[in-house]
Amino acid sequence: MAAPQIKFDATEERLATLSLPEGGWSASARRDALARVRAMGLPHARDEYWKYTRPESLVQPEPPKAALFESGETPIFEDVDRLKVVFVDGVFDAEASDDLSLEGIEIERLSESSADIHWAKDIYGQLEIAGQTPVERPLAALNAAFATDGVLIRVTGKASKPVSLIYHHKSETSDAMLHHCVKVEKGAELTVLENGPAAARFNKVMEVDVADGATFHHIRMQGRDHERRAATHIFARLGEESVFKSFTLTANGMLTRNEVIVELTGDNAVAHVAGACMGDGDFHHDDTVFVTHDAVNCESRQVFKKVLRNGARGVFQGKILVKKGAQKTDGYQISQSLLLDGSSEFDAKPELEIYADDVACSHGSTSGAIDEEALFYLRSRGVPQGHAEDLLTLAFLAEAVLEVEDQALQDEINSRIEAWLMRRRTA
Amino acid sequence: MLKIENLQVKLEEEDKQILKGVDLEVEAGKVHAIMGPNGSGKSTLSYVLSGRDGYEVTGGSAHLLGEDILDMEPEERAAAGMFLAFQYPVEIPGVGNMTFLRTAVNAQRVARGEEEMSSTDFLKEIRAKAKELDIDAEMLKRPVNVGFSGGEKKRNEILQMAMLEPKLCILDETDSGLDVDAMKLVADGVNKLRAPDRGFLVITHYQRLLNHIQPDVVHIMSDGRIVKTGGPELALEVEENGYGDILSENA
Repeated sequence: MAAPQIKFDATEERLATLSLPEGGWSASARRDALARVRAMGLPHARDEYWKYTRPESLVQPEPPKAALFESGETPIFEDVDRLKVVFVDGVFDAEASDDLSLEGIEIERLSESSADIHWAKDIYGQLEIAGQTPVERPLAALNAAFATDGVLIRVTGKASKPVSLIYHHKSETSDAMLHHCVKVEKGAELTVLENGPAAARFNKVMEVDVADGATFHHIRMQGRDHERRAATHIFARLGEESVFKSFTLTANGMLTRNEVIVELTGDNAVAHVAGACMGDGDFHHDDTVFVTHDAVNCESRQVFKKVLRNGARGVFQGKILVKKGAQKTDGYQISQSLLLDGSSEFDAKPELEIYADDVACSHGSTSGAIDEEALFYLRSRGVPQGHAEDLLTLAFLAEAVLEVEDQALQDEINSRIEAWLMRRRTA
Repeated sequence: MLKIENLQVKLEEEDKQILKGVDLEVEAGKVHAIMGPNGSGKSTLSYVLSGRDGYEVTGGSAHLLGEDILDMEPEERAAAGMFLAFQYPVEIPGVGNMTFLRTAVNAQRVARGEEEMSSTDFLKEIRAKAKELDIDAEMLKRPVNVGFSGGEKKRNEILQMAMLEPKLCILDETDSGLDVDAMKLVADGVNKLRAPDRGFLVITHYQRLLNHIQPDVVHIMSDGRIVKTGGPELALEVEENGYGDILSENA
C-alpha cells in the first residue's frame, strides 16, 4: 500500500530547511542517505512503527521551542576521569572540550575530516543501512544525510579513560543533528559516556563497529530538563566474542525515542541493552530495540524499566530476531512499568521471531502498581509511606541499573534516581 | 501496656463482622497468648493493631502506652513501639535486608526525635544480633526474604524485632511452617527479648510454640471474641481436648 502523499509532502517540507554538506569522504554516503529518506518518507502518525509515539514534532520543519533548564546541580560523571568532548546545541565546543588525544584512541571531529579516504567510510551510513531492514528508520537516514557535527572514534587498544560526550542546550530553538562513528578494533576496549539535553530538538545517530574480541560500553544520562525532544539511534555490529553493553537513564523529557539496533554477526558475542526511565506528567518515552542474532552461541539481554506518574507515557517496542543458523542463542527480554497512579500509560510490543531450532529465548512484559504487601511490610517496620514507596521504586529499577558494571557509577545513578523521587515526594 | 476495649472490626469490602467486641490487656513484662480455631479472628486482630488496610473499626478502642493507635499510620504505630512478626514475611526483591533494616531503625529514631544510628554502630549491632539468631552475613546482604527458607524468614523477623526494640511484640502464627529445631531457634530469640518493659502477644493455633515461649496468660478466641482466659494450663487443655470442649462450654 502506498504511503499517503501527505507523508511525502511533509518529508519535502522538512528537507527544504536542510542543506547537504558537500565534499569529503562522506559525500556519497550522504547523497545515498538522502535518497533513502525520499524513498521512505519521514515517519508519519499512521506508520505502524510509530503507532505509540507521535512523530510530528520530530519531523516538522522547525522544532517546537524548548525552555532552557538549569538544575544548579553538579552534572553526572563529574567525578569520572574522562576525556570530555563538548557540544553546544549540536556544535563542537573546542574550548570546553579536552585535547582530543588519548593513547590507543584516535578522535576526530566529523565536520573536520575532509580527506577522501577515511576508515569511517565503512561505517558512516553503512550500519544504518543494514539497520533499515526489516524496519525502516527514516530519521536515522535523515541524520546520515544532514548531520553537521559529531566525532569519529577509532580504538586500537584499551582506552585509559572513557570518552565523555557532553551535550549542552543553550538556545530555545536549536535543532541539532549529530552523528558519531565508533570503531573498536580487535581486542580493544572503550567506554562512551553521554549526558546532557543537547538541543530543543536532537537527532543523534551513533554507529558502532565492535570487532572480534572487542568491548564497548555505553552509559547515557538523559535528564532532567523537560521540554526537549529527541530521536536517537544506536546501530551496533558485533564481531566474534565481542561485548556491547548500553545503559540509558532518562528523567523527564517531553519526547524521547531511543532506538538501539544490534546485529550479532560473530559467534559468542554478547549484547546487553538496558534502560531505566522516570517520567512525571507531560512525559513520553519510547524504547525501540531490535536485536538480530546471526551467529552461533550469542547472548542478548534487553532490560527496560519505566516509572510513570501523572499521565506520563512509556513505550517499549523490542524485538529479538534469531536468524536461521543462529543456534545456541540465549535471548532475554523484559520490559516493565511501574504506574504510580491510574492516569499513566505503558504500551509494550515485545516480539520474538526465531528461525533456528536450538535456542533459548524468553521475554516478559508487565505493568503494575506498587506492591501493597511490600509497602505495608516496610511501613509496619517504621518506614514512612513516601520513603517506602521510593525504596520499592528503586528496587523496581534495580534490574536495569545493575546492568551498569561500574559500581561507583551504579551508586551515582541510584542516588540521582533517589533525588528525583525525593523531589517528586516533597514537591 | 496494650489495652483493647470492646474492639469491633469488619471487612472494608464486604459486610462481614470479624471482631465482635474484643477486650484484652497486655501488661509490660508479660507474655499473653491467643489461641483459637481457624477463622476465629486472631490474625485479623494482629493486622488491625498494626494498621493494615482493608479493615474498618466499627467500635471500641486500642491504646498502646496510653496512646490511641487506631488512627495512626502503620509507621507511626511502629515508632510508638508496635511490632508485628508476620505469619508470611513479605519478599522484597531489589531491597537489601541490611538497607531495609537500617532505614527502618533510623526512620523510627527520627520519628521519636532521637539521633540516627551511625553505620558503624548499626553494623556492629546487627552482626552481633544476627549471630545469636544463626543468621549469616550473606543473608543480611540478600534482598529482604528473597530465597529465604521458612525458618530463615521467621528468624529474620526476630532479627528485625531485636534491632527495632519494640515495646509490644505481636507474633502471628510464628510457628507455622517451622520444624522443631527452627521453632526452638526462633523461640530462643524471642525469650532473649523478654524484658520488664516489653509485652508480648503470641498468636498461635497450636500449643507447641508455647512449650518454648512460656506464656503468663492464655486467651481462647472464638468467633471474634475472647471466650476464655486462664493460665498456661489452658493451652495444655486445648492440646489434650481440642477447642471443641472449651467452645461448647461457652456456647
